[in-house]
Amino acid sequence: MSTTVDPALVPQAAPPPSESRIARRETLVQLLRSPTFIIGTLIVGWWVFWAIAGSSLTPHDPLDQSAGQLLRPSHGHWLGTDSLGRDVLSRVLAGASDTFKVAPLAMLLGVGGGTVIGLIAGYFRGVVDEGISLVINSILALPVIVISVVAITAIGSSNATLIVVIGVVFTPIVARTVRAAVLAERDLEYVAAARLRGEHAPYVMFVEILPNVMGPIIVEATVRLGYAIFAVAGLTFLGFGVQPPSPDWSLQIADNYQLLNSGTYWWTVLFPALAIATLIVGVNLIADGLQQVFDR
Amino acid sequence: MAGLLRRRAAARPLPRRTNIARFLLKRFALALVTLFLLSVIVFAAAQLLPGNVGRNVLGPFASQQDVDTYNKLHGLDKPMLSQYWGWISHFVRGDLGKSLQYDVSVGSLLGPALGNSLKLAALAFVLVVPISILGGTIAALRRGRVTDRAITITGLSLTSIPEFVTAIVLIVVFGVALKWLPVNATAPPGAGFFTQIKFLLLPSFALVAVLFGYIARITRASVIEAVDADYTRTAYLKGLGPRQVLGKHVLRNSLLPTIAVVATQTGYLIGGLLVIEKLFNYNGIGQRIYTAAENKDFTLLQSGVLIVGLVYLAATLIADLLYSLLNPRIRFAGAE
Repeated sequence: MSTTVDPALVPQAAPPPSESRIARRETLVQLLRSPTFIIGTLIVGWWVFWAIAGSSLTPHDPLDQSAGQLLRPSHGHWLGTDSLGRDVLSRVLAGASDTFKVAPLAMLLGVGGGTVIGLIAGYFRGVVDEGISLVINSILALPVIVISVVAITAIGSSNATLIVVIGVVFTPIVARTVRAAVLAERDLEYVAAARLRGEHAPYVMFVEILPNVMGPIIVEATVRLGYAIFAVAGLTFLGFGVQPPSPDWSLQIADNYQLLNSGTYWWTVLFPALAIATLIVGVNLIADGLQQVFDR
Repeated sequence: MAGLLRRRAAARPLPRRTNIARFLLKRFALALVTLFLLSVIVFAAAQLLPGNVGRNVLGPFASQQDVDTYNKLHGLDKPMLSQYWGWISHFVRGDLGKSLQYDVSVGSLLGPALGNSLKLAALAFVLVVPISILGGTIAALRRGRVTDRAITITGLSLTSIPEFVTAIVLIVVFGVALKWLPVNATAPPGAGFFTQIKFLLLPSFALVAVLFGYIARITRASVIEAVDADYTRTAYLKGLGPRQVLGKHVLRNSLLPTIAVVATQTGYLIGGLLVIEKLFNYNGIGQRIYTAAENKDFTLLQSGVLIVGLVYLAATLIADLLYSLLNPRIRFAGAE
């Protein structure tokens, strides 16, 4: 088959793609047709690009304090300068980097832990399930931000703490979703077949059931990413998250919001606020697109 | 193992009333477990706080003897279990101890703060319930059209954006640019009822924005369910006008569950309060917890968080009670 034959003339030459591959391609095509998914990806991609590019492409150094303080938006500083004379535009562009270091890892931790716990609770049911569900429900009954503030106060704030705390707080939430999905699968025939073959419980859970509940898990992961950004933003604003001198958006707001009392200097907080809003809406658009594809 | 898996499958049908009582009892037990868990988490976190409490309070120049005396006086040298018991047994009796930072009773600090927070929360609720029910109903009646999409997408976006971000935009628009509302939330002392409300409007709008999407979505779903139900078709067929059908049949059946669901949103409200209070320099319980955490004032922090947990769980229990009382009727209406 290594002769120079036009591949179009021999359609059966390639090994037939496996069923899962076709399904995956189908999903991808549907995603690319979904406008919400595309717009969301563009928005998030824009911020990811600036988070990676960092200060090398911004018009000024985001930490440079040499400009005048609290300058109005002008030709030299499109979005003005903040109370320390730093260029707001450069800081807004560079402001996503810490969020992108923390939020995805926190999400992965929460989704990983939640998937394992949810699989176990949903598969075994009975006493195991009831015990796990009791703990999950009682943790879910507490305000996330309050728990995080308490935990971070105790451990001390750093990016690593943020990841762990948010990840752990998200674990029961993900576990509940996964458990529900597993409950719908566990009585199906392929699970019974695997069990009758004498497969061990971990094999049935992770090799048989897990691939079939990936849809809800992926959707949950994107939704969690949005909430992780939400949580990082809130905690950072309160002073328990990303620490100065990072140009993080919430930190910019925390540094400058008191100035609003004077009735001016709105540009120091409005633009970082809009940046957070666009990023979160972008992530949610992606989640929405995924949900529509996986739910059909 | 298969036997064990199968055994739980068959649910025994019970008389409805027993079901509800059982459900509520379960919920109540869960609330107690949750409170206990919360108290342990908070207490453990307080124990983890770096540094010696006496040293933190008295400062680096106090003699070691004074620090030891202070710790002894406040029972900080006792074993953890008896410290926990000391705290929780006093808490149950309403004695919250003394703030380490302010040296006054924690109750006198948290009481007024809780009052302020409840004021803000109440205003937010009074605003959000009619607004989102209206939004959700309109979306449901215009299902699939532009109005529906606009309300749903706006609601979803607002729900996912942190409240302090929404609040910044609101402040810039209504406080700075238009100058309609005060930027600060604390009314001058001795201000009348309406002045106080005016000062609380901006922060409550921010809270409304976060809750709107969720409540509107629930309303939309239950109105759609009611519109599609057989009894609605019957109402039309017996000759009632659209207005009567909407008021007497659709809304009556869809609003009660919505209101019950609204109560479950208290948690988000409390979480949001913590952030909003800081942004508006408002002296609520969130502000207290946050300052206590910052200053490592753990007696204040412990009791503040536990009170928030109590309020939260009380609201959830009330919501559950409402919901379970209404649930049989929903099932009875059985649209599907």
